[in-house]
Amino acid sequence: MKHLRELLFPLIAVIAAFVVGGIFVLAIGDSPIKAYSELIGNAFAWPDGIGYTLFNATPLIFTGLAVAVAFRCGLLNIGAEGQLYVAAFATAWVSMKFGGVVVDVFGQKVSYSWMTLPAVILVPLAIFAAIFAGAFWGAIPGFLKARFGSHEVINTIMLNFIAVALCSYFTQYHYKVPGDPIMQSAPIGESAHIAHLGKFIPGLPERIPVNLAFILALIACALVYVFLWKTKWGYEIRATGANPSAAEYGGISVRKQIVLAMAVSGGLAGMVGINEVLGYHHRYYDGFSDNYGFTGIAVALLGRNHPVGVLLAAILFAILLRGGIFVDAFTDHVSKDIVQILQALVILFVAAGARYRGSLNVFGLLKRSKV
Amino acid sequence: MRDLFNIGLLLSTIRLATPLILAALGGLYSERSGVINIALEGLMLAGAFTAASVTHYLQNPWAGLIAAICAGVLIASIHAIACIRFKADQVVTGTAINILMIGLPPFISGALFLSTGSTPQIPVNKLIPWTPVVIAFLLVFVTWYVLYKTPFGLRLRAVGENPGAADAAGISVTKIRYAGVLLSGALAGIGGAYLSIGQSSLFTRNMTSGRGFIALAALIFGKWRPVQTMLACLLFGFTDAIAIQLQGVRYGGEEIPNQFIQIIPYLLTIIVLAGFIGTSRAPRALGQPYEKER
Repeated sequence: MKHLRELLFPLIAVIAAFVVGGIFVLAIGDSPIKAYSELIGNAFAWPDGIGYTLFNATPLIFTGLAVAVAFRCGLLNIGAEGQLYVAAFATAWVSMKFGGVVVDVFGQKVSYSWMTLPAVILVPLAIFAAIFAGAFWGAIPGFLKARFGSHEVINTIMLNFIAVALCSYFTQYHYKVPGDPIMQSAPIGESAHIAHLGKFIPGLPERIPVNLAFILALIACALVYVFLWKTKWGYEIRATGANPSAAEYGGISVRKQIVLAMAVSGGLAGMVGINEVLGYHHRYYDGFSDNYGFTGIAVALLGRNHPVGVLLAAILFAILLRGGIFVDAFTDHVSKDIVQILQALVILFVAAGARYRGSLNVFGLLKRSKV
Repeated sequence: MRDLFNIGLLLSTIRLATPLILAALGGLYSERSGVINIALEGLMLAGAFTAASVTHYLQNPWAGLIAAICAGVLIASIHAIACIRFKADQVVTGTAINILMIGLPPFISGALFLSTGSTPQIPVNKLIPWTPVVIAFLLVFVTWYVLYKTPFGLRLRAVGENPGAADAAGISVTKIRYAGVLLSGALAGIGGAYLSIGQSSLFTRNMTSGRGFIALAALIFGKWRPVQTMLACLLFGFTDAIAIQLQGVRYGGEEIPNQFIQIIPYLLTIIVLAGFIGTSRAPRALGQPYEKER
């Protein structure tokens, strides 16, 4: 019964968003029923609908968890976008440098690697690179807040732009195959590829890109739950988020928790790189993220900063993401931009409704800090 | 190197700084009243799209400009109602508005012009390439005057610093904050309009490409003060102008990567926020919803 009530508020927010979105659709002279059936109806078909929905959900689970962990510490991480770019580049770099990549450049064989490692070593190394790079990029604003008191929101926004610019610089000037018209790095080594789930699940064709990273995302959900509710670190993070001055008084180093929470958050965001680079593009692809970092905010808010909620919310937004393609193709006027509109409306309704139900106030620190 | 610094660079600095100044001044009104406004990006997009559409329909840029102001105010009112009436988290609401304005203009554009990519081209003689520039620089001094020499400015600052005391002195915290946020919508709307019917001749998807955030950075860099904020905008406009001029230029056989110049404003903001270059102190009550004491 308690869990059902937990679901009620997010459900109301989603319904309200769809109602307002429906008014927008009506306003441009289309049928909301037709638009919404295209938007959602295709997600449940086997195997394509479900396969692609899970593929789209994977990055959103990671970014949703990332934002949720930071929220629990009273921090707003709008830097997941930058963290996942840095991480994707790092994992691509590792799996290129150690993957024995040889590329044909104008008829000449050019090596992009130092050595060739077998998959058993390279895959874990590449996964570690993604998590570490994301955690590092996330820890920077954590450190800046802990050390200088500068607000993480502004710093994460700034670091997003810096991350995108740096990755694009390294791609353009150092790791792009000469003559390639696309802004992408050289491919990663084949031993770094991770398997699509179609390899293990009968009836799911291997062309559908949902891959082992989805399993990792499920494991991450479980680990985040254990971390936040069953470990001392997690307890201290939540205590800091609930009431920083009480936490400090109780002997918890609030500064340390801020850095820790931002690092964990960044590491989770960084895991998006595993899905995108090792499981799908097989290279660093400039601008690959479809605003995953920002959608993560919607996912975490709607999922009430709980791993189970994040999982459900990520699947909902993944359905919309894929449904956008069908809306574009099969309605008269409605474009896939309706997805962004619905996302924004969900955030607005959850945020505006939060005060009227009391317990969602997780922004303890935001109230105290400036900017 | 000498041929790089010329009158063209100066003019392009001024033109690139203009939308930043307009949006940053808008942000200033909102933030000095105590409401965080990271929605500047979205508000600019609202202005840019509306200006281009209305100018196209009426073939009159002044109508477009006024419509852009209205659109900015309309979208800002969502932010204001959510933050002030419903006491929602201001950063979260701002993020929602930014996401909304990535989607809404192409959504409407797709229905009106059958193209989600851009609005129709506006003829050159229907553009306003310099008026918003003049408006922007005039507004810097108007804002300075309003902020420091008028009762409204005093109230705005009081509400942003100590809403409780302001309330006790008989100032309506709610009204002042609404005014601050709506003004930010109007100014960011003009800034957006300048992008679509001043610098270019149509609206393209996500055409602000981060300028709202640079404006926010300039506001922090300028320590929430009008003249300093203008100087910060000019500095960021200058780095932008340099980046454009250096594109493809080689010095000693080496191309200077554009990306390094692009990140200068962001790096500077992080540094100034950390307190390495003076201290940048936010209005004391920034980000806190006001709870009237009973």
